[in-house]
Amino acid sequence: MPLPRLIPCLDVASGRVVKGVRFQGLRDAGDPVELGAAYSDAGADELVFLDVTATVEERTLLPELVSRVADELAVPFTVGGGVRSAADGEALLRAGADRVAVNSAALERPGLIGELAALLGSQAVVVAIDASASEVYARAGTVPTGRDALTWAAEAEARGAGEILLTSIDADGTRAGYDLGLTRAVADAVSIPVIASGGAGEARHVAEALEVAQAALLASILHESPARLGALRDELRGLGVPLRDAA
Amino acid sequence: MRVAVCDYGAGNVRSVLAALARLGADARSTRDPDDVIAADLVVLPGVGSAASAMSGLRECGLDAALRSRVGAGGLTLGICLGLQLALEESEEDGGTPALGLLPGRAKRLRKGRVPRIGWARVEPGGESFYFAHSYTAETPTASARSEGIVAAAQAGSFLGVQFHPEKSGAAGARFLARCLSRA
Repeated sequence: MPLPRLIPCLDVASGRVVKGVRFQGLRDAGDPVELGAAYSDAGADELVFLDVTATVEERTLLPELVSRVADELAVPFTVGGGVRSAADGEALLRAGADRVAVNSAALERPGLIGELAALLGSQAVVVAIDASASEVYARAGTVPTGRDALTWAAEAEARGAGEILLTSIDADGTRAGYDLGLTRAVADAVSIPVIASGGAGEARHVAEALEVAQAALLASILHESPARLGALRDELRGLGVPLRDAA
Repeated sequence: MRVAVCDYGAGNVRSVLAALARLGADARSTRDPDDVIAADLVVLPGVGSAASAMSGLRECGLDAALRSRVGAGGLTLGICLGLQLALEESEEDGGTPALGLLPGRAKRLRKGRVPRIGWARVEPGGESFYFAHSYTAETPTASARSEGIVAAAQAGSFLGVQFHPEKSGAAGARFLARCLSRA
């Protein structure tokens, strides 16, 4: 297996990195290109850029912003938010993204996953799942779907997803640790990689998540601070997590 | 020195160009067979499926240009699917005849989680590079391995790598700089 991955997640709105829980109380936290490059320099294995207003505004993250990121970053990055068609995904990859993430649009029309995989390859298709008590929620975690997270993850894999980005709505924002039970259950239900998301408050939580998932998404634990990522990597190494040598 | 990056609708061309530009190379994307013949270094990137990539190459006439370039000793670097396309055949898409620049075939990965995504050590050298693939090269020309999987293969003037040097941070930049210095 490849080494466990640390993936800072940058929420983007109107071309700026924002912070805030979901859509609530967004505050400006900097330029996506600058912050992304600084995380890359600090040892990020990958980055995720989520346009938190794209779905509402019925568009994807601006391709020209994706291109600026691609020109600066020497590590892979995933772009999510507002991808509704294979053509949307292709435009983002063409602009320089390595992978696209789909969530609500795939719940509404699961065939989208297969269309993206056929055009871009499975390795470029991330299905993001927001779950609370193993029920899947759509629209940034606000609309219950009645779908079971394990069943939906397995269906996503069967349709061609190359990776699952699993966010526990219950753990998100608690800083009390990832939802290890849900993460383990989803990881056992699929044979594609799983990224754990939601709940990290300290290095120990991240180390625990990397025992059951192949990667950990890092959001508020970093406080938009690349220096914090460097310190976290050192702490994780101290806990025996085999991270890559980024030098 | 001129570097031509093949743009045939199946590769993250922009990231490859950016990585080469950071090293000061004059790199341009092209789908013109004449550019592929004349450049000092040609890069064949690739993501997606083998069959659609091969038809993209054929549509531009780049399949013939690559064969003739490599036959004449022109240094050529294949990345990810670009390595797999250089083999004789891929078992992807029910069996896809490929360029035949290297002996061997691409096979579906059967161990671990697939796609195999992430950073992994490459030997010899011991540096970590970024991989994202579901198929793997099986070839007697392997020159480096990662967890037993072919990470690089070379025959004549063609060098193929399964990892993405353009996405592999400092280690990837050092690898690309070595390719440029050989060209």
